[in-house]
Amino acid sequence: MPWTEIQAASGNTAKKTAGQVGGVRDLSYRDAIREALDQALSQDPGVFLIGEGIDDYGGVFGSIIGLAQTYGSSRVMDMPLAENGLTGICAGAAMTGMRPVLIHMRVDFLPMSMDQIINHVAKWSYMTGGAVKVPLTIRAIIGRGWGSAAQHSQSLQALFAHIPGLNVVMPATPYDAKGMLLAAIAGTTPTLVLEHRWLYDQVCAVPEEPYLIEAGSGVIRRSGSDVTMVGISYMVGELMLAAEELEQSGISAEVIDLRSVSPIDEQIIVDSVRKTGRLLVADTGWKRCGISAEVAAIASERAFDALRAPVCRICTADCPTPASPVLEQAFYPNVAGIVAAVREMM
Amino acid sequence: MNLPDISKTELLRLYESLTRIRLFEERIVDLYHEQEMKTPVHLCIGQEAVAVGVCSQLEREDYIFSTHRSHGHCIAKGMQLRSIAAELYGMDSGCARGRGGSMHLVDPDCGIPGSTAIVGGSVPLAVGAALSAKMQGNGRIAVAFFGDGATEEGSFHESLNFAALHKLPVIFICENNFYATNSHIKARQPAGRIASKGAGYGVPSHTADGNSLGVVYEFAAKAIKLARDGGGPTLLEFETYRWKSHVGPASDFQTGCRSESELLKWKERCPNKLYRTDILKAGMISSEELDTIDKMIKSEIDDSFEFVRTCKQPDINTLLDYVC
Repeated sequence: MPWTEIQAASGNTAKKTAGQVGGVRDLSYRDAIREALDQALSQDPGVFLIGEGIDDYGGVFGSIIGLAQTYGSSRVMDMPLAENGLTGICAGAAMTGMRPVLIHMRVDFLPMSMDQIINHVAKWSYMTGGAVKVPLTIRAIIGRGWGSAAQHSQSLQALFAHIPGLNVVMPATPYDAKGMLLAAIAGTTPTLVLEHRWLYDQVCAVPEEPYLIEAGSGVIRRSGSDVTMVGISYMVGELMLAAEELEQSGISAEVIDLRSVSPIDEQIIVDSVRKTGRLLVADTGWKRCGISAEVAAIASERAFDALRAPVCRICTADCPTPASPVLEQAFYPNVAGIVAAVREMM
Repeated sequence: MNLPDISKTELLRLYESLTRIRLFEERIVDLYHEQEMKTPVHLCIGQEAVAVGVCSQLEREDYIFSTHRSHGHCIAKGMQLRSIAAELYGMDSGCARGRGGSMHLVDPDCGIPGSTAIVGGSVPLAVGAALSAKMQGNGRIAVAFFGDGATEEGSFHESLNFAALHKLPVIFICENNFYATNSHIKARQPAGRIASKGAGYGVPSHTADGNSLGVVYEFAAKAIKLARDGGGPTLLEFETYRWKSHVGPASDFQTGCRSESELLKWKERCPNKLYRTDILKAGMISSEELDTIDKMIKSEIDDSFEFVRTCKQPDINTLLDYVC
């Protein structure tokens, strides 16, 4: 694919223009992913999708529906239940001219491929002195709710963000999902794209032509002056709702969508904390040694003097996800909890 | 006598390759005590015939993926000794710019996308390269080198399953030297041939003498032809023996993990000596010709280690280069 001809995104969002044909239109998160993959497959014969049962009628929660029919089983490939081996196979293909997209319907299947991801994929560029790159994209979906329980709902970004040599991105909007997925496929750094299942029905304006959003930059989703609220993935939406509520009681919250947890946009955090003097971090994962700890540490190292209150972290409880709806509700953070936490900081 | 049916020139090329590996590894043994080569070396002395028998029949563009014990495979595949020697000393001119060391030799121009020190790791990578070759229709094949220990790993089984399912042009070369570090295969696997593991996946599999270059050559030739013709993978188990300890330049029988008599028995079946005897017996090559080759290889090795002295250490400001 002439990846070099694809431009970087010109902004952080797109706007529909009346009467525009073939340009920007509203698209759901799942359709934005599907469009990105369709474009990658159609333009680069080196791209192929592979995953367990990805060619079935469900099409990975609709995110690749119809692509198996369009591109055939050699490019949208079902695979044996062998996550580690197939990660290695995709890595070997990536080292030798292909751009595989390995798809896991659950993030929870990634731990079975840790040897290949950590010891091989992430290390290969460094270990070979840059002689061999591994342009591998791994998509994995974070589940939530309906009693998904401990092995169908994990949010393991911190495990992977710890490893040098991997990009870990967590787009929160359809616009970012398309651009970040295309950038992952176009780039030479192995990239893990973590998608929250509850984002799949979200809709926003998405340009039809391909565009790239590189890992490593955050976005200010809402400007504010009293508190910086940094979120990732599904939690960005929760922060936006909390910010609206806080505004009604006169608290002006700035919401940052981190988008990428490795590399992480340190400057956007530091600049915002210097402006507001307060920091709340909301993660879809656990608190202990999680992304929220990393964000708090960045603020502590680089904007300590600006902090007027202790950093507050909003995360899931430090236990496996329970199945019971009552316990599940207690396990996940919510808007009310965010609002209460910010009031406490003021 | 068991010689491949090839020309005199080809026979001599194999002799050169065997000798190059042996003398290179022996030079490491000679120099290691200086402690200037700060990298764990897993020497392949005693196992040369497998590397040469397989790699000598591959095209330059064909892929090999090797392990922590990779020197022999990479030399046999055509890597420059200078590039390897410099890497052993962590130099910026090494094949991995001093980032990989002994266990991660790499040379994409020679069809070596890399080597891995995680047992079983090389196997799926080679299958992936074979998938890539098949999808690109470029006629290349891929070879995974691994030891007996790797056949206990899940990645080995997952790889055979996938390669067989898609009839990929890959050859699984198991160098069964009977030891995983210091554990004997009898303590790790039920009795039976490693090659029998291929049967469950419908992969043609054979066990053969890995110390006879002629035997290795013959089995590898068939497997390569099958892979090139679209017939899918082959698993070859070559029984062989490493003379040195798992890691480092010394022998290890003194520690009691194996007996000296076992080592001596295998040394009698030295792959290089057997081949030299065989080609001399065949009558078309004189011992003087072989001695000349020995001298030529020795000076090649002298050159590669002298080259290291002219190399620069990596600049510490480049510590973070190549991470992504």
